[in-house]
Amino acid sequence: MQNHVPFLLYSLMLFPLAIAVLSLINRWPGLFKKFIYPAVIVLIAGSLALLAIPLKGTPIFVAADFSWVEQAMLVIEVLLAVYLLWLALKRKDLIVTALLVVQTSILLFFHFGAGHHAHAEANLFLDLFSVIMALIIGVIGSLIAMYAVGYMEDFHEHHAEVKDRRPLFLGLIFIFLSAMFGVCFSNNLMWLLFFWEITTVCSFLLIGYKGDEQSITNSFLALRWNLLGGLAFLLGIVILFKNCHTIELNQMMTLSKSLVMLPVALLCFAGITKSAQLPCSSWLVGAMVAPTPVSALLHSSTMVKAGVYLVLRFAGQLGGTTLGLFVAMIGLATFLIGSFICISQNDGKKILAYSTIANLGLIILCAGVGTYEAVWAGILLIIFHAIAKGLLFLCVGAIEHQTGSRQVEDMTGLIVRLPKIAVMLQIGIAGMFLAPFGMLISKWAVLRAIVDFSPFMAVFLIFGSAATLFFWVKWIGKILIVDRVYEKIETRLPSGQMIAMGTLSVLTVLICGCFAVVAHYMIDPYVAAIYGNVTVLSQGNVVVMGIMLLMVCLFPVTFLDYGSGVKMADPYLGGANVGTGNQYRGALAVKDMEMKNYYLDDYFNEGRLMTLGVMLGVIFSLGLIVWGGM
Amino acid sequence: MNIWILIVYLFGAPIVGGLLAGLDRKVTARMQSRMGPPILQPFYDVLKLLKKETLVVRPSQTLYMEFFFILTIFTGALFFSGGDLLLIIFALTLACVFFVLGGFKASSPYSFIGAHREALQMMAYEPALLMVAVGMYMVTKSFQVIDIIKYPTPLIVVLPGIFFAFFFILPIKFRKSPFDLSTSHHAHQELVKGILTEFSGKTLALIEVAHWYENVFVLGLVYLFFASNVWLGLSMALVVFLAQMLIDNASARVRWQAMLGSAWLVALVIGGINIIYLMARG
Amino acid sequence: MSMLSKSPWIIHYDGSSCNGCDIEVLAALMPRYDLERFGILNTGNPKHADILLLTGSINEQNKSVVLNIYNQMPNPKVVIAVGICATSGGVFRECYNVLGGADKVVPVDVYVPSCPIRPEALIDAAVKALGILEKKRVDLKTGDMILNSK
Repeated sequence: MQNHVPFLLYSLMLFPLAIAVLSLINRWPGLFKKFIYPAVIVLIAGSLALLAIPLKGTPIFVAADFSWVEQAMLVIEVLLAVYLLWLALKRKDLIVTALLVVQTSILLFFHFGAGHHAHAEANLFLDLFSVIMALIIGVIGSLIAMYAVGYMEDFHEHHAEVKDRRPLFLGLIFIFLSAMFGVCFSNNLMWLLFFWEITTVCSFLLIGYKGDEQSITNSFLALRWNLLGGLAFLLGIVILFKNCHTIELNQMMTLSKSLVMLPVALLCFAGITKSAQLPCSSWLVGAMVAPTPVSALLHSSTMVKAGVYLVLRFAGQLGGTTLGLFVAMIGLATFLIGSFICISQNDGKKILAYSTIANLGLIILCAGVGTYEAVWAGILLIIFHAIAKGLLFLCVGAIEHQTGSRQVEDMTGLIVRLPKIAVMLQIGIAGMFLAPFGMLISKWAVLRAIVDFSPFMAVFLIFGSAATLFFWVKWIGKILIVDRVYEKIETRLPSGQMIAMGTLSVLTVLICGCFAVVAHYMIDPYVAAIYGNVTVLSQGNVVVMGIMLLMVCLFPVTFLDYGSGVKMADPYLGGANVGTGNQYRGALAVKDMEMKNYYLDDYFNEGRLMTLGVMLGVIFSLGLIVWGGM
Repeated sequence: MNIWILIVYLFGAPIVGGLLAGLDRKVTARMQSRMGPPILQPFYDVLKLLKKETLVVRPSQTLYMEFFFILTIFTGALFFSGGDLLLIIFALTLACVFFVLGGFKASSPYSFIGAHREALQMMAYEPALLMVAVGMYMVTKSFQVIDIIKYPTPLIVVLPGIFFAFFFILPIKFRKSPFDLSTSHHAHQELVKGILTEFSGKTLALIEVAHWYENVFVLGLVYLFFASNVWLGLSMALVVFLAQMLIDNASARVRWQAMLGSAWLVALVIGGINIIYLMARG
Repeated sequence: MSMLSKSPWIIHYDGSSCNGCDIEVLAALMPRYDLERFGILNTGNPKHADILLLTGSINEQNKSVVLNIYNQMPNPKVVIAVGICATSGGVFRECYNVLGGADKVVPVDVYVPSCPIRPEALIDAAVKALGILEKKRVDLKTGDMILNSK
């Protein structure tokens, strides 16, 4: 099987590209509906095949020594830069222009200056962490791509004003998937940077897909931050090469902490921009104007994970250093602020965006702490978050198309109106915060790790976690309420959408049921290889978790008993019920009863918290870079 | 041995919890210079409720409460079999989430606001509760109740701040003033009966018994602070319970702003100082 | 014996009373009489109540409210008409908008005719109601009960 590794890696990176080309040259959108299923199956099978490779903590390196590849990458990068420059000049966006000019000149200087000495022995590699990331990209990514086909058809029916550029849309999605595989297989940092920038461009173009003023503005906001991250990335590589004469990830890990401090700091900053940590969080919130599959794929499940992936890679270098402390502080601040802001939000997608930012903050926190427990918890968080959040975005997208609104306030009675989607939405939400489910297992592990590292940080973590509880529970509550007679409006969704959401729902429960197995085969060896130690959750606790999961899974069974031994009555309205019983006689007329959620806006105001968060973020990021430079 | 404790807990907790509830009503009545009901009154109430019809607004609302009941017992069972304190708190949260969802599902304005306030209350007490686990872990180096209980000196000596933060949020768990926002044991509040408004008959009985289990569990947590001596622990648990009654009768219900603000502030400042002290102590 | 008689919970509804009877009802709950020593609680919520205390006469305005509250109480349940107005309409009986006593809308089990009632009378009525409550429970169990809501 070892011999097949290069082939497998190449094909995982090239196959989505081929699909993308096919989509871009194809003028007939109907065709895509046909070949999406085989494509998805191949992609999922390909990423599952990675599991067959016997990896025991030691990575497999693939030389992939093609000189033309680097030339091609440079050409593509310059071409993209020119294209973006043109767009930026057209919009008179000086920041983007400046960033592009600076970055491209540094890139060219580096390439033609020291560049031809910069040679990597192995351009690609594969270890268990890469496999986990590849599985997330392959399985969740292709499911979301499948969802996108049906969704975009609906989308253009709902939004006649948006130009139908579906081939471009799907093409970009698959180019993005290809680049994401590249990100997690690259050992050569120049390659990693190349794929990194490709994801940036895909994200930029997809956010601006609708083409209205808002979308374009937000896409440029995202571009600005990501280019800044890219610049930091490039500077990190240049400095690394200057000081240590290497551009390889694996060698960077083995160098002494003091030597690589500045490169690590810069690369971490790049990761922080990509995963929308404070102070850069605003771009991710703005990115929610994009069609929902984009939000699900790029802005919650995969692309933003590239950032945390990179930072988590450096956990070994960050652990126990002041640098690590700064990274951890950024993560902690982001988690707190993100969770608090969620309480005051009504827009479903915005809640998901802020909660994504918050959870990524938790992973960044783990990376900054850098102990074996923390890294273990961080990887677990990546897995569970990708599944549950992907599912939630898809559900909100489907709800928006069926009811015309994605506001939480408009989701009253969803359980009657859209029973299937409502149940899946609930599974997703439960997966995000409830006890036996994934995110809580991870949060538990995080808490343990942080308590061992610094109990004082744990105190703040606890407050963020309490806030999470509140906003999720009131969302589920809203879905469950049936305050009047509702008609079922659920129409049949395109099967691709249904399959994607269904699979993710099953995965949410399933992965959490066998998380001990996943942890044992996937995470433990990886962590053990770095730290030589992995005992995070004891056997007994895992069993207890299993029992709890079983109990929660039994809950739907009780619905067999629905309505037995009880008598229906009107809700108590001070005796003033009239009509259907859900109406009451007010002073002037008969009124429907209405229930609105609490948003506690005086306490968890978005603007105020964000200002505070950006200030904290700027301070900690400056600390990170300055300390790295010292 | 564990299995015996579990059996004693399963059958003993509702009896102890019910008697405590009876004691509560008696003492409260005396504080208001009334005679008060018999000490067994809570049992009479529950047995009566079992004989009554169960009225619902939405049929599934009772199912959530049944799970609240089961999970509350489960939480206590984990605790009394010496499990992991963090896990126990998460199990309690799970149980309470079912409780809140039941309140939402009932689809009535009063239970809706009650459910919201219950969720707010959970948000308010969660930090203090988790801080108890963190503080005990820092001292005893274990999250397992079974290890914490073996610690030779009373934990209160090194955890006074955390105990205060915990004591501060206890009225929420006992549903006592000043923090009985979501539902109250006393008749008539501005929300009728808050989250419990739409629950009647058997379901209400179930909730009441679950609440007894919950109270015993919470007093168990109090006991942990004094666990080095059994009698000290038991008597302090009783003292804390009686203190709750005094506070209940001596204070008015506050608004949620005051509850959330004060509970978080106390946890952050007093609990936080305690944790800094523990860190400095090493 | 059933526990029904050991824990009767009441809901008190003031139809169009002059508040005389209401004050007396509340007085009965206060320390001097302390109804809670018999396990009686004023729940203020029909879903929890066993006994409906009605004061004041029934008029067009409160007819539906009384009926709603009665219908929202779980069986078995009893109704006590407290004071002469609730019993028959009292001095307001001939008013153009007054329908009469509580029994015009819901089946009344115990009448307490005075103006206003004394707390002792209320306690006596409650004891009588408990007997009826117990009988209704048995009837409900054997299925003989005729659900007599109008």
